[in-house]
Amino acid sequence: MRDPLNSFIEAIPPSGIRKFFDIVSEMKDAISLGVGEPDFDTPWHVREEGIYSLEKGKTFYTSNAGLKELRTEIGAFMKRHYDLSYDPEGEIIVTVGGSEAIDICFRAMLEKGDEVIIPEPCFVSYKPCAILAGATPVTIPLQEKNHFRLTPEELLSHITDRTKLLFISYPNNPTGAVMEREDLEKIAEIVIEKDLYVLSDEIYSELSYTGKPHVSIASLPGMRDRTIVVNGFSKAFAMTGWRLGYACGPKRVMEQMLKIHQFAIMCAPTTSQYAAVEAMRNGDEDIAEMRESYDQRRRYLLDTFAEMGVPCFPAQGAFYLFPCIKQFGMSSEEFATKLLEEQKVAVVPGSAFGDSGEGFLRISYAYSLRDLKKAMEKIRLFVDGLREKEGK
Amino acid sequence: MRDKILAILEKNARIDPKDLASLIGEQEEEVRKEIERLEDEGIICGYHTMVNWSKTDLEKADAFIEVKVTPQRGVGFDQIAERIWQYPEVTSIYLISGNFDFAVFIQGKSMREVAMFVSEKLSTIDGVLSTSTQFILKKYKEQGTVIEAPKKDERILVS
Ligand SMILES: Cc1ncc(COP(=O)(O)O)c(C=O)c1O
Repeated sequence: MRDPLNSFIEAIPPSGIRKFFDIVSEMKDAISLGVGEPDFDTPWHVREEGIYSLEKGKTFYTSNAGLKELRTEIGAFMKRHYDLSYDPEGEIIVTVGGSEAIDICFRAMLEKGDEVIIPEPCFVSYKPCAILAGATPVTIPLQEKNHFRLTPEELLSHITDRTKLLFISYPNNPTGAVMEREDLEKIAEIVIEKDLYVLSDEIYSELSYTGKPHVSIASLPGMRDRTIVVNGFSKAFAMTGWRLGYACGPKRVMEQMLKIHQFAIMCAPTTSQYAAVEAMRNGDEDIAEMRESYDQRRRYLLDTFAEMGVPCFPAQGAFYLFPCIKQFGMSSEEFATKLLEEQKVAVVPGSAFGDSGEGFLRISYAYSLRDLKKAMEKIRLFVDGLREKEGK
Repeated sequence: MRDKILAILEKNARIDPKDLASLIGEQEEEVRKEIERLEDEGIICGYHTMVNWSKTDLEKADAFIEVKVTPQRGVGFDQIAERIWQYPEVTSIYLISGNFDFAVFIQGKSMREVAMFVSEKLSTIDGVLSTSTQFILKKYKEQGTVIEAPKKDERILVS
């Protein structure tokens, strides 16, 4: 038989999270701090709208770009929350999660020879999607000492004459880092000067604990028409399984993205879109409540790691902490595997998010305080055990 | 700090003050003092455990009773309410608007005991005009808590 596969695809390594998942799922009754999705249920009033839409028989395709009603609400939400203006006709596409939006954006914008700059550590899909689009990913290893923010120097030193797109994602998975207005302004200046575009994955935008609203790089002067903003319902509204996200950007790019979306996907799930209309209209209070709860757990975990003597930079967004375990002289994967074997606690090794995640762990706090306490107690036992062994 | 402490304690009365302090980014000592003040001021009126008695061997009967009364000159409803709440069988009593005056919740060892209590004690109080007893057959949600087996985390372990 001949080889059924595309060798190009075969060469892409599987997700580092996936690899660790396979190890964890072998382990019976492990406690996990490994999830990348909220522990809350989707707010009831949102689920109810989904149910009503089914009862009324709204089970047909929507227009390719998504329900007009939903695009209008997304436009209003972007204005209300981030002071961004997008025309629901032609500048907003409803997608199957932020995931699809990232994929079609890369495919619409990049071609062979183009370089896309991807700061790491980062979510696992960016690099493979860039490769699938035929482009060359150029990664920037971000530094803990800069609180995992992208600095102008780092960016400048990775730009070549083939660089077309800069990818950023703040608040960040896995580090929990945020970038504030001043940080983004310096990046925007370079982007404009070097005539680049930005793909900004802002899926965690509502989960920022700086006390100030999230700033989208698209809202900075001169950036709107250079930026494609990806966002979605998974994290802010606890709607991961509904598979719904969206992309906003200049018409010219969105038109081509819509073409890919139309051929590959047709439209995002109809039931989810009806529920999402309600989320956009009446969900601000739900977000605020969940945000407060995450923020409380974040502070609790930061205090607990500090007590353990495990340094952890004060992350201000998403629902992850990224403690540094370099003092134990083990790789992240070794540490995570041993922790799983000895104390049955699953965390994700930082190295799953890029080489610069080596020496760190991703700890999710999308768990109840009760679960967090249990898991942290076990991590404490594990860490104490390691120190004893070393006679420290 | 007050509002945050109350919001957390309302959902979890057993939380360790040290953890509570951590959650809201305050000093443990300050939090302890604030809780004490809240108790002294009667803002925190008590702590209690929600027990799902139907899962135990002990039998309990709960009833909700609509009570109509004639308010008394000068003291209105309060004096009759006080007469009613003195009974340990009464778990809650509210003055309400609408077709009757008090919503009274009673817990007893059996339906018979509750029925006896209503006919012998409650309805004979001066000023009580009528009572109507509704037995509670099953509790679904109480004090914001859904009464059922704890929910399982169905998320995949690592994602
Ligand atoms: C940074 C980031 N972007 C995008 C996604 C994809 O989200 P979805 O496709 O559910 O909208 C995730 C999910 O974990 C994420 O962490």
